Amino acid sequence: MAAGRDDFVIAIRSAFLKKKDKQKFSLLTLIFLSIFVIILSNFNFKAIQIIKSSINEVIYRSSFFISIPENYFKNLKENFEIHMGLYESYNQTKTELENLKQQQLSDDFLKIENEKLRSLIDENIKSNEIFAKVLIDKESPYLKSIVLNKGSKDDVKIGMAIIDGVYLVGQVIEVNYTNSRALLLSDLNSKIPSVLEPDDIQAVISGTGGDFGVIEHTQDEYEKKLEEGDVIAYTSGLGGLFKPGIPIGKILKEQREKINFFSDFTQLNYVKIVSYKIGSEK
Amino acid sequence: MSSLNKSPFLKIFLSYLPLLILFFSVFNEFDFNYLKLDYFSFNFVHLLIFFWTLRNPDYLGYLAIFFAGIINDVVIGIPIGISSFCYLLLCSVTAYIRNITLSPNFIKDWISLLFTILLINSIQVIILDLIFLIKVNYMDYLINSGFTFLFYPIFFIIFNFLNERITKQPND
Repeated sequence: MAAGRDDFVIAIRSAFLKKKDKQKFSLLTLIFLSIFVIILSNFNFKAIQIIKSSINEVIYRSSFFISIPENYFKNLKENFEIHMGLYESYNQTKTELENLKQQQLSDDFLKIENEKLRSLIDENIKSNEIFAKVLIDKESPYLKSIVLNKGSKDDVKIGMAIIDGVYLVGQVIEVNYTNSRALLLSDLNSKIPSVLEPDDIQAVISGTGGDFGVIEHTQDEYEKKLEEGDVIAYTSGLGGLFKPGIPIGKILKEQREKINFFSDFTQLNYVKIVSYKIGSEK
Repeated sequence: MSSLNKSPFLKIFLSYLPLLILFFSVFNEFDFNYLKLDYFSFNFVHLLIFFWTLRNPDYLGYLAIFFAGIINDVVIGIPIGISSFCYLLLCSVTAYIRNITLSPNFIKDWISLLFTILLINSIQVIILDLIFLIKVNYMDYLINSGFTFLFYPIFFIIFNFLNERITKQPND
């Protein structure tokens, strides 16, 4: 029995401490080093932040270059599919354009009316936009995020909104010198204060880790309150980070529990990083 | 083919291949860990590290595995050091198995992979969810562990073939 225990101890000791000819460090040293790195990355000292930021800079750029061949073939496939469906897409777009032209007329009127009403209560919304290219969109089961090619040198700050066209896709969570990371709406950790229209229900939209979101923090009976037809979710502006009225997604009549985001997060190439200043202007 | 095996360039290339595959996997955007398919994903890097550190650790050093973990953390955006720690735990299990095993047995390796993967994924979930308060989907981890276990035989055949090519001497 004692011999068996000795064998176990010898095997464990040998596994953790013995170095092979080509190994420069023992396993135990490296395990302690990785624990040290995990603890260190938890502190917010300036020196650690600079080192972390430098590591991020180098790795993001390297990952972007290494992914170039893969992205080239991915784009080639997408372009081919677009080309094949060109005629069908043209007809569909033509019909949509006609409808949108009609819609535009009533929207213009509402826009002017909205501006007038805001000026009556002495409120204005200023925005600052930065265009950015998506460097890496490696999604993982753990974190749905994208890496952008604009960082602190371009005045990007944590919390800024990421917009694809007119749709909200996420917010900045990490800023390095030349690049930044944005958390997508689909991530489990994403929570966006929103308003469900046309019923004017305040809610929080949370990511699920999949390609859709869910409604949180609202009364259970909200589904009964929703009118017939599709529901559109917009930002409510309650957090103070985003302006009210940025479209997020649509809740279909058949699937009341799901929010389908307007933007396709797998197809993001260029986005806008936007900061809003909401308040009265003197 | 036999002439190719004698080529010193090919020999060097093959000897660095496990390392190249490891770094390519962690750097590249394509990830078996997230295939955009419902209820299907597996961790290729875990399989790679498990096989090579168990069968031929000379071609996949611990320091390289440590750096691959750091890169993986930065690319996928989780706190730095977590993947390194998990990869090295995987290495410690394989080192232990190597020490207590006289003749390698595929079935024993396969079963020990299941326990190891469940252990390191549990540790990763505990670190992310309880320490760093990053919400994770437990079901995704469970599915990932299951498929990683199931896919081992396929990658075992591929890696074993590569291992034989690497270790084969020109006069063999």
